[in-house]
Amino acid sequence: MIELLSKITLSFQTFKTHRLRSFLTMLGIIIGVTTVIAILSLIEGLNRTVAKQVQSIGSDLIFLQKFSWVSTGHRDLDKLAGRPDLLPDDAEAITKLSSVEIAIPQTSRQLQKLKYKDNEVSNSSVAGSDENYSWVNNYIVESGRDFSRDDVLHRRAVGIIGSYIATNLFPDETALGKDLHLNGHRIKIIGVFKEKGTFLGNSLDDFILIPYTVFEKFFPRPRGTLWSRVYGGYSISIKAKDGMKIEETIDQVRELMRRRHGLGFDKEDDFELNTQQILMELYQSITNVGFIAIVAIAAISLVVGGIGIMNIMLVSVAERTREIGIRKAVGASNNNILAQFLIESIVLALIGGLIGIVFGMLLAWLVSAVSPLKASVSFWMILLGFGFSASVGIFFGIYPARRAASLNPIEALRYE
Amino acid sequence: MNKKTDIICRAVDVKKTYWRGKVAVEALRGVSFDIKRNAYISIMGPSGSGKSTLVHILSCLDTPTSGEYYLENALVSKYSDEELAKVRNIFFGFIFQSFSLLPRLSALDNVALPLIYRNVSKHERIAKAKEIIKNVGLADRMLHRPNELSGGECQRVAIARALVNDPKVIFADEPTGNLDSKTGAEIMEIFDHLVDEGNTVVMVTHDVNVAAHARRTVKLKDGLIAND
Repeated sequence: MIELLSKITLSFQTFKTHRLRSFLTMLGIIIGVTTVIAILSLIEGLNRTVAKQVQSIGSDLIFLQKFSWVSTGHRDLDKLAGRPDLLPDDAEAITKLSSVEIAIPQTSRQLQKLKYKDNEVSNSSVAGSDENYSWVNNYIVESGRDFSRDDVLHRRAVGIIGSYIATNLFPDETALGKDLHLNGHRIKIIGVFKEKGTFLGNSLDDFILIPYTVFEKFFPRPRGTLWSRVYGGYSISIKAKDGMKIEETIDQVRELMRRRHGLGFDKEDDFELNTQQILMELYQSITNVGFIAIVAIAAISLVVGGIGIMNIMLVSVAERTREIGIRKAVGASNNNILAQFLIESIVLALIGGLIGIVFGMLLAWLVSAVSPLKASVSFWMILLGFGFSASVGIFFGIYPARRAASLNPIEALRYE
Repeated sequence: MNKKTDIICRAVDVKKTYWRGKVAVEALRGVSFDIKRNAYISIMGPSGSGKSTLVHILSCLDTPTSGEYYLENALVSKYSDEELAKVRNIFFGFIFQSFSLLPRLSALDNVALPLIYRNVSKHERIAKAKEIIKNVGLADRMLHRPNELSGGECQRVAIARALVNDPKVIFADEPTGNLDSKTGAEIMEIFDHLVDEGNTVVMVTHDVNVAAHARRTVKLKDGLIAND
């Protein structure tokens, strides 16, 4: 132990006498570790942001749709378009299942323009659903009132607007009681939702909600296009009962829908059940590719850094041939010499790693400061940085160290 | 004490052949040689006579091609590199013509160097090295580096280093070769003194005046002992 400490101090002395050379040697490792730490912490930060967003969907929600959120490979629109439409009746039947709290039909359409007096917003959407929409999707009616069952049943032309539309169309007055024209139809505003923020960059407050019964009347589905046949119809949002395993709810819904669609046991499902889980999996599969790319970059720069270390260590061994001879003469064994040079290259690599970790964290912090991307440095990344640099030190230090250890003492002593 | 234990080193019919490219060089062609306790030996001979090779084998820096070499009755000519390193550390002290100090270490650390390979604690190493360095008269210079010391001072540091592990034999290779005659004479006085104190010294030299200090002079010629 004492010996190890004194060897480490000895290697520090060597670096002090060759400051520039040691720094240049470490540069490869510094760059490698800096890149890895910076990118990893940015990805980690992104992961956390996305995970938080995805979790905001709610872990107890299942979306019954014609299409899957994650399509593997070629998405066969023809096949999806041929699937039976999902209907409000389905939602009603699903609501009766023992593991389901509630199921509601939902549909939406993009709007070109929404005007009130001189104000207008573009690219808003209109959604059709029933009186349970705000409960299932965690919206709060901030002013005015929510739908009633009657609004839905009697096809009343009423709507609730998101906070984005409220502030942009009615900056100086209340929106309640005002009429909006959608596709030439009049809708009376009865409520305003509280602001909800964004989901994966999209505003959640830029829409108007109307009863689905009214939606069907005002926005009949264009039958023609494949796209509309797949994405234009209803999807059913299903809220599982509290304390219920979501897999159980999924099984019950699947069984019911297969019965309703008259599918034999040899037929595959003609609908999809999407959850936040698969969205998370999709995201992870994307970032995994990024991860592999980083590992590749890191590997290359660390190999380059390692070769730099090996090169300098070989020079160092040659320069200190006489020192090796003297040490051997006074009793240093081959292993003593091996340890001395190996420790030197490990310490060199570790110092490079340490500098890289600091630089990487600074870089990540800088990116967080000037961009919306938030970095998150974890302990394991620091360990990884140290581990990487230590292994480079060992791997690329072993050859020069062995060469030093195997020098013949007589020839080493003669060396000038 | 009987006579046998008085002999520290015994070489029996030692031969050493080098290969210089494809040419075999017979550096030693059968040398038998004893070193007794408290001996003061000088080894002389023209260059190429094999005197360096003999000292290398005697000091376990090298192993013979054939023949046997015993250290206190242990057959060390068959030892591995690791074992030989240990033997050098415990049995021998080395003094070279060009001092061979480590330039980045202070005089004190240079003296303490052999003790590192004996796993002596730092505290003990420094204490022992200080004591020895005082004995060679460099108490006030011990924190200087070799480039701040004169040739004579460097050689004193080297002598202190050779003594620090209480060696059984001190080997000196042209110890005055790089010194002026006055400093050389001072160094030789130290050697004389060491032998008076009971140490065993074996030196290689060209210089007849230096060899005259020794009690026994061995002359080598063409890899054989010509005169003992």
